[in-house]
Amino acid sequence: MLQGTCRQIEDVAIIDFSGKITLGEGSATLRKTIKDLVSNGQRKILLNLADVDYIDSSGIGELVGAYTTVRGASGELKLVYLTKRVRDIIQITRLFTVFDVQADEAAALLSFR
Amino acid sequence: MAPPTQRLEVTLDTELESVDLAESIVMRISEAAGFGEDDVHKLGMAVREGVVNAYNYGNAQDRQKKILLTVEFEKDQIVVHIVDEGAGFDLEDVADPLAEENLLRTSGRGIFLMRAFTDELAVGRGPTGGTDLRMCKKLPRSKADTCGA
Repeated sequence: MLQGTCRQIEDVAIIDFSGKITLGEGSATLRKTIKDLVSNGQRKILLNLADVDYIDSSGIGELVGAYTTVRGASGELKLVYLTKRVRDIIQITRLFTVFDVQADEAAALLSFR
Repeated sequence: MAPPTQRLEVTLDTELESVDLAESIVMRISEAAGFGEDDVHKLGMAVREGVVNAYNYGNAQDRQKKILLTVEFEKDQIVVHIVDEGAGFDLEDVADPLAEENLLRTSGRGIFLMRAFTDELAVGRGPTGGTDLRMCKKLPRSKADTCGA
């Protein structure tokens, strides 16, 4: 199961996720969260994955989908605080060349300017 | 004298819950077999990806169909089979998810991850023509010695 809470710092929406991003509820939660944010006009979105300890290929696909959805709306999506397991999956699937992964929240917020 | 063969066979329903079930079964067995935490996680994930494929693509989410999971020990390795009742597929038809043109695809990484997390992956045909995924991982050295490898 995946849960996400949203907070706003200036014009950046930060989603603090916890749980697993896997086929089923997890993926659906991520998809809906991004869709709602973009529908509400959010164009700068930061996903905090510090408490996401598991992601499968469906979850990766959903992250990619989130990226293309936000980019398609002329926005930016960034990731921060990857756990080792999530980092390893993004590494071996070459998605570090796609995602903008920031070291910490402060750096991420600066990078949106 | 040949070492005893240990084998577990589980028939899973074609439903999402079977993915978690298969993963946890294999994780428990591999933990008992002496695999470290990292390898237990990798094996579990490889099985998850295999059962997801059987559920989504092989059996096309048809609840009338079943997924057969077998786990056994062969000499110095654990061998997992995931068999569905679909039409089968060729590995050559699976696009390379690492290719530049495929990086933004939202699917197609399951086979790649299965390969990354196991020592060997083979795709064959099951008894009804569906896919028989065979994945292997070498046992930790001390356990392999115990099994007479």
